[in-house]
Amino acid sequence: MDAVVVVLLTVPVAAAIAAFWLPSRAAGGITAAAGISSFGLVVALIPAVSGRDLALHGFVRIDALSVVFLLATSFVYACVAVYSIGYQRAAGAHGGGEDRRYGRLFWAGLNLFAWSMLAAPAMGNLALLWIAIEVTTIVSALLVALEGTDGAAEAAWKYVLLASAGLAIALLGTIFVYYAGSHVLGQSYNLAFGPLLRVAGQLPHAAVRLAFVLAVLGFGTKAGLFPVHTWLPDAHSEAPTPVSALLSGSLLAVSFYAILRFYQIAAATLGTRFPRDVLLVFGVASLLLAALYLLDQQDYKRLLAYSSVEHMGILAIGVSFGAPIALAGVLLHVLAHAAAKGNAFMGAGVLVRKFGSKGISSVTGGLDLLPWSGPLFLAAILALSAMPPFGIFRSEFEIVTGGLEDSSNAAAAILVVLVTVAFFGLSLAANRMLLTPR
Amino acid sequence: MLPDQTPSVYAGGANVIAVLILLLEFGMFRQALLRDQVRLYAGQSGLLAALAVLVGAVRDLPGLYVLAAVTAALKVVAIPLVLRRLLRGADPADVPATGADIAGSGGLGLASTVLIAIVVAAFGFFAAGALPISASAAPVTALSVSVSVVLVAFVLMIQRRDVASQAIGLFSLENGVSLAALVVAASLPLILEVALTFDLLLAVVVFGLLIRMHHGRTESLSTADMTSLRG
Repeated sequence: MDAVVVVLLTVPVAAAIAAFWLPSRAAGGITAAAGISSFGLVVALIPAVSGRDLALHGFVRIDALSVVFLLATSFVYACVAVYSIGYQRAAGAHGGGEDRRYGRLFWAGLNLFAWSMLAAPAMGNLALLWIAIEVTTIVSALLVALEGTDGAAEAAWKYVLLASAGLAIALLGTIFVYYAGSHVLGQSYNLAFGPLLRVAGQLPHAAVRLAFVLAVLGFGTKAGLFPVHTWLPDAHSEAPTPVSALLSGSLLAVSFYAILRFYQIAAATLGTRFPRDVLLVFGVASLLLAALYLLDQQDYKRLLAYSSVEHMGILAIGVSFGAPIALAGVLLHVLAHAAAKGNAFMGAGVLVRKFGSKGISSVTGGLDLLPWSGPLFLAAILALSAMPPFGIFRSEFEIVTGGLEDSSNAAAAILVVLVTVAFFGLSLAANRMLLTPR
Repeated sequence: MLPDQTPSVYAGGANVIAVLILLLEFGMFRQALLRDQVRLYAGQSGLLAALAVLVGAVRDLPGLYVLAAVTAALKVVAIPLVLRRLLRGADPADVPATGADIAGSGGLGLASTVLIAIVVAAFGFFAAGALPISASAAPVTALSVSVSVVLVAFVLMIQRRDVASQAIGLFSLENGVSLAALVVAASLPLILEVALTFDLLLAVVVFGLLIRMHHGRTESLSTADMTSLRG
């Protein structure tokens, strides 16, 4: 299985290098092959991590939790890679020098971005995890700016500045965990999860408490948690559509993965009450903000972006419930959200092409005009609204069940009310765009 | 573990360097030219490298000499060079017509800003001092100062309305975090420290490219027109 891990972490880089030098059509083929094979490799890893961890030279460590996030990322990577072939063909119709340059940067950047997101959950220690997430910021900021419009430049700047400032805070949190661990593990150790978790019960509480709050605030910036979410709607709406799908479906989840790792350590050191309370506050605030913005949104890419804030809030609330069924729901939610949001953004990309606008009011009769993409987009919106039989219905059901089991009745009730508000926002917009006759 | 007689000299030296780093952070508030800000950043990074040498010598961590060398090479030489090169032509010193970009970009006057920064720095200093962080080997005052540096860097980023100052504010924020790391996590394995520093270099290149893109589009470093994305 070690070979599978090595190949998984090599294929996207090799694809990025090849894509930079090859013509756009070949680059698309290679990217699609890399995406699909990455997904296959992650699926092959699933049986290998049930009940044990895969570790490689102390730097790479994959356990059951990592695989959930790898699965979400590689699935969106595979879908986006195939979708991008048609997307780029339509974008680069003129074949000029500027288009060729755009194509090279797009394909190489897409593969590098996917690689950094696959690398993050595979890292074996907190410092490497931070570095991998910082690399996702660097690569994706360039991809957000790729369109070269005023909006793209503005969104990329806000994104790179806020995300980097957030990650600097997260680095401070990582340093405090190192400080806490050095009391037990000695002055020189490498922040690996396994040893840290084993000695978590003996770590000094004040440092771990501080580290956890800094990590939630820092990585929460990348995950889109309120109040540090402000870059998210801009970047998601201005990036090329395949990048928006990766940002929303994978990047947010990978950043949430980092929060979960800190949660594991904090819960083992402090008990679950404090970390759960912190996540509940961030989760409810994010969900409330997103639900309200979803009700009054004029731009459908921003609508989907706020829906991502909503779902990250649901994840944080789910973890805060603490019951095993709620945690199972959270992990299912990561997968279901990645699939649905990736699909929704790709549908939105088709709508932008067809109608030439991102305004909800400029799109009507989508189902009639787009016999394939229209129903797919509608299905994705229904999935995101947690309608049965989609996965998000099941995952949210499990999260609410976990909340009631944990006697967090008020929080569970707030979750249900706000998710219903978000449902109205999403379905009203979808109804206006897809079902209103032209 | 440190011998009993060393902490006073070591802690004194570390605290002096930390305070100098904080003073340079304050100095950035009054700089009107990009190249002066970059110079202050390079000075701050040089102090960090000196602190790494001091900590390495006192605590017998030879890896920190390498870290000091890497910090000096990257943060004192390479990053300022990359920034100057990427932003050639964008600096108000080179383009007199846009001279007001950085100097006048503050949302508040210099005096008010410095007052706010002093309050914020004091808050950070005392809040961090109140934490029960007691490391036998760490000069805790330097840790409190590092928190002040981080917070003052945030004030710089928030108050200035030009992309250059915001970027330099972020890089100096990272210097504040590095200062904290030297105080409480000096023995962090060298390979991780070096990876973190190279990561910063990558970030600097991306910031430089985005600043150049912004300047190319608007002929200005101001963020005043970055208001189209709302809601």
